[in-house]
Formats: sequence, structure tokens, C-alpha cells
Amino acid sequence: MQQRAIEAGESEAAVTFPRWETSGRASGARFSPILRSLLQNKIAAIGVFIILGMIFVAIFAPSIAPYELEGEVPIGEQLRRRLKPPAWVEGGTSEFPLGTDSLGRDILTRIIYGSRVSLTVGLTAVFLSGTLGVILGLFSGYVGGLLDDVIMRFADIWLAFPFIILAILFLSVLGPGLDKLIAVLAIGGWVGYARVTRGQVLAVREKEYIDAARVVGASHTRILFHHILPNTMAPIIVISSFAVATTMLAEAALSFLGLGVKPAIPTWGSMLADGRDYLRDAWWLATFPGIAIMITVLGINLFGDWLRDYLDPRLKV
Amino acid sequence: MLVFFAIHLPGGGDPSMLYLPLHATQEQLDAFRHRMGFDQPVHVQYLRWLSRAVQGDFGTSLRYVKPVFPLILERMPATLELAVAAQIFALVLSFPLGVLAAVHRNSIYDGLTMLGALFGQSMPGFWLGLMLILLFGVVLRILPISGREGPKHLILPAITLGTFFLARDTRLMRSSMLEVLGQEYITTARSKGLNERIIVWRHALKNAMIPLITMVGMDFGALLAGTVVTETVFAWPGVGRLIFMAINQRDFPLIQAAVFLIALIFVVTNLLVDLSYVYLDPRIRLTEG
Repeated sequence: MQQRAIEAGESEAAVTFPRWETSGRASGARFSPILRSLLQNKIAAIGVFIILGMIFVAIFAPSIAPYELEGEVPIGEQLRRRLKPPAWVEGGTSEFPLGTDSLGRDILTRIIYGSRVSLTVGLTAVFLSGTLGVILGLFSGYVGGLLDDVIMRFADIWLAFPFIILAILFLSVLGPGLDKLIAVLAIGGWVGYARVTRGQVLAVREKEYIDAARVVGASHTRILFHHILPNTMAPIIVISSFAVATTMLAEAALSFLGLGVKPAIPTWGSMLADGRDYLRDAWWLATFPGIAIMITVLGINLFGDWLRDYLDPRLKV
Repeated sequence: MLVFFAIHLPGGGDPSMLYLPLHATQEQLDAFRHRMGFDQPVHVQYLRWLSRAVQGDFGTSLRYVKPVFPLILERMPATLELAVAAQIFALVLSFPLGVLAAVHRNSIYDGLTMLGALFGQSMPGFWLGLMLILLFGVVLRILPISGREGPKHLILPAITLGTFFLARDTRLMRSSMLEVLGQEYITTARSKGLNERIIVWRHALKNAMIPLITMVGMDFGALLAGTVVTETVFAWPGVGRLIFMAINQRDFPLIQAAVFLIALIFVVTNLLVDLSYVYLDPRIRLTEG
């Protein structure tokens, strides 16, 4: 009987009392100031514009791209139009605005489809590694003791290893594939999240409202996920935004080395690898995919800079 | 760290097939596997490798049929040369760029530098390499684009590898300088009527460069790892390219040894960085005791 009373009290208190302090950041009332700050900062607005544009292109690739990915024309005819320069260069036609590659495929079409892999890999891998890192960091900081030691020592070991070499090793063993690429990149990034989350947990753990939640009988799970986690989110979001940028660069590098997705799927990195072989005769092959990567990553970095200043003014310089 | 060597062994595909003639008989195959130890369970292979590695024997390359350790050592100078050159390139340029941006805060110069730094951090290094090859090697034809035959060959790879670090160091230098310039002792120096140039380049720079210097050691590991891609682009005969080719050829003994050595260098430099903190920042020594 008494037990039940405590349980009832727990859920009620947890909803009304400590949440009151933590949820202000995410509530609807704060949304319009965020938007206003974003629009006032022109540079950040450019970043957001680029990101949204890329997402739009990736989603609607089949409608936007001038050609289908393959199988539209017989291979013989396709080969006859190989290595056509961009439209504004002598010999180029407006049929292929950015020219064609060594197999006669339209470069613009392949860049548009390539955005799909870049964005999918960047966003999924960062989401997965963020989730993994945050969970490990939460437990490490909250439970402490031996678990904390084990996780943090493991994190040290992980950091002692140059990640790109580890990724090359794993992918060369596992073979190409989108899922493997995402898995490897996801595993690579967890340490940053785990360390930051752990630090935040240690800082928040002794706060009064956590004691209050405990006093009214909130379970450990509830305290962890409802009271501590929301307070660790600001730095996590900032790290994630930059991580998307670095993950996309890593994906491009791995694809460039031939360790990315299966060759049939166009990616910016693998297009650059093709372009490398034709650098002397067809500069456009290696130029445009790189510009696509740079613009996308630049957009994410601009947005990340603003996000950091907005969420954590202490870091502002 | 050694755990990772155990991980990559299983499922790696049997390299035996790649190194024997197509028509090799089953007996030949078995004999090769036995000689290389591939018929043993993974943990036995691993322990055997480890016990030999500790004694300085890292095995024999499947492709070169030579001991792997000399193979790697042979290429180490090229990689170190590239990494050091890239580091110097980044540091030497980021100091003046960052300081000037901080001093002329919010000027056009500041804006352009920061914009350039943003671009530098946003482009894939290997793409920059390709563009440099295009510009200096194909169009202008003033710099060599592959191999390692003289100082000129070093220029493009070093820029390629160093640009990301240059961009980040410049931003770091600027923000660090801004912080220092806001401190009291700088105000004191100004009120004494000291020349602004002396204040910036002598008093402020000394303290502003500390965060940058401490990054150097940590970056060195990242630079070494970055050589895999850069060396592939420029056909630079270093360890990074060796690793990449070894992976393509499933030359396991070579991969293991090379990765082990890179990791070792990585760990040692990290250790040196930690030790140098104690030297650079006396406060750490105090809290330690």
C-alpha cells in the first residue's frame, strides 16, 4: 500500500517538478527566438540554406537530375559521348551542363545522386555514434566506480588509435557496402560524446533538483533519462553538428580510396577517384564533386558555429 | 590497443588464393597455409604474432617476401618528412595570419582570413591535392606532382596535408590572441605607453601560443594517419601508401606491423604531449602533488 503511494508520487513529481527546470530550452516558447537569432545571423542563415538545399536535392534527386542514373541509353551510344567538357567550355553542350565522365555519364546527375550517400552516411553515422557515446557517457558518469574506469580507459585506448587507419582496416576486411561504411564511421566517433556526457553528468549529478527527484522516489532510469540527459544535450548537439561535417569528409576519403559503397552507386568521393585518372585530359571530372563536398561541409560548419554560440555562449570567442 | 589486431584477423578472407598460381593444387594451398600459419585458430595466430613481435620479428610480407619491419622502416623517413613539412607549413603560416586577424578584429582582413580558414576546414584534403596537381602540375607545369626526388616534390603534398591544420590553427591562434589581448597585464603594458607592436608580438604572443603548441603533439598522430590519403594521391613512397597497397593486396603481416608501428608512434607522441603539459603549465604539477 505504502509502496504504491510512493510510485504514484514518483511519476507525478517527476513530471511536474524537475522537468520544470530542464525543459525550458526545448519548449515551444523558445522556438521563435531561435529562428530569429538564426535569421539575424546572415552567415548562419547561409549555412542553413545550404543544408536544406542539399537535403532537398538528395530527397528529390530523381526529379531534379537531368538524366536517370543508368540504363537510359545503350552503352555504345553512351560511350560515344564520353569525356564531354562542361557547357561553357569549347566542345561542351548544354545537354551535359557539367560535362560527362569517362563512361559518358552526366556528371551533374551523378553529383545530385551522390548527395544521397553523403547525407545518409553523415547523418546516420553521427546519430548512431552519438547515441552510443551518450549512453556510455551517462552510465559512466552516473554509476561511476569500476564501470566508469572501464569505459573511460577504453575511451583512452580508442583515442590512442588513428581512426582513419582503423576504418581502412575494417572496411578492407568487411568489403564495400553502405551499412558497413555507416557502422565503421559510427563506431569511430563515440568517444567525444561519451567524455562530454560523462563530464556533464558529473556536474549535474549533485544538483539539488536531482536530490529532490531522488527523495520523491524517482528510479535511476527516470533520473538518468528525464532529469540528467536533457541537461547534457546542448554540447552534444554542438559536437554532432561538427561531427556530420567530419564524417562526410571521412566518407569522401574512404570512397576515394575505394573503400566506400559498392562501385555502382555514385558518391562524391568515388567520382573524385575516377577524376584522378583523367586529371590531365578532363579537369571537370575531379573538380565538381569536390566543390559539392566543400559547399555542403561549409554549410554544416557555418551552422555549427552559430549553434555553438547560441547554445553555449561561454564557448564564444 | 593490441586487441585490434585480433579483431581484424577473422573474416579477412583467405589471402592464400591471391598469392598462389590459379591452378595451384589443394596440397600446395594447404602447404602455403601451414607455412604462413593460416591453418591455425585466430587466437593462436595472434599470440604467435604477438610473441614474435615483442622480440622484434614482425613477420614476412606475403607480397614482397621480405621481413616487414625493414620494409616499413625504409619508408618511414618519407612519411615523417611529409608530416613534419605539413606541420611546419601549418604553424609558420598560422602564427602571423591568426595574430593579424586578432589585432585587426572585424576588419576586412579578419573576415577574409576567417572565410579562408572555413574553406580550408571544409574541403577534403585529397581534393585540394587534386586541384593543386591540376593547377601547378598540369596547367602551369611548374611543380612535380608525384614521387619523391627532391625538395620540390615535397611542396604540393605538404600543402595538401597541412591545409586543414593551417585553417584550424589560424582560428585557434586568433581566438587565443583575442583572449590574451583582453587581459589585465596587456592593459597595464598599454598604459605604460609601450609600443603596440611590442605588446602584441612580444608580450601577448608568448601566452597566446600555448594552446597551439600543445596541439602540435596531438596533431602529429593525425598527420601521420592523414598521410595514407595524401601519399596515395601524390604517389609518395611512404608508410601510408604502403599500408594502402598492403590492404588492397591482403598482405596481412605487413598491415599488422605497419598499423602497430603507427599506433606506437601515436601513443608515444601523446605521452610526450602529456608530459610537456607538466613542463609548460606549472599549475598541473602543483595539483598532482
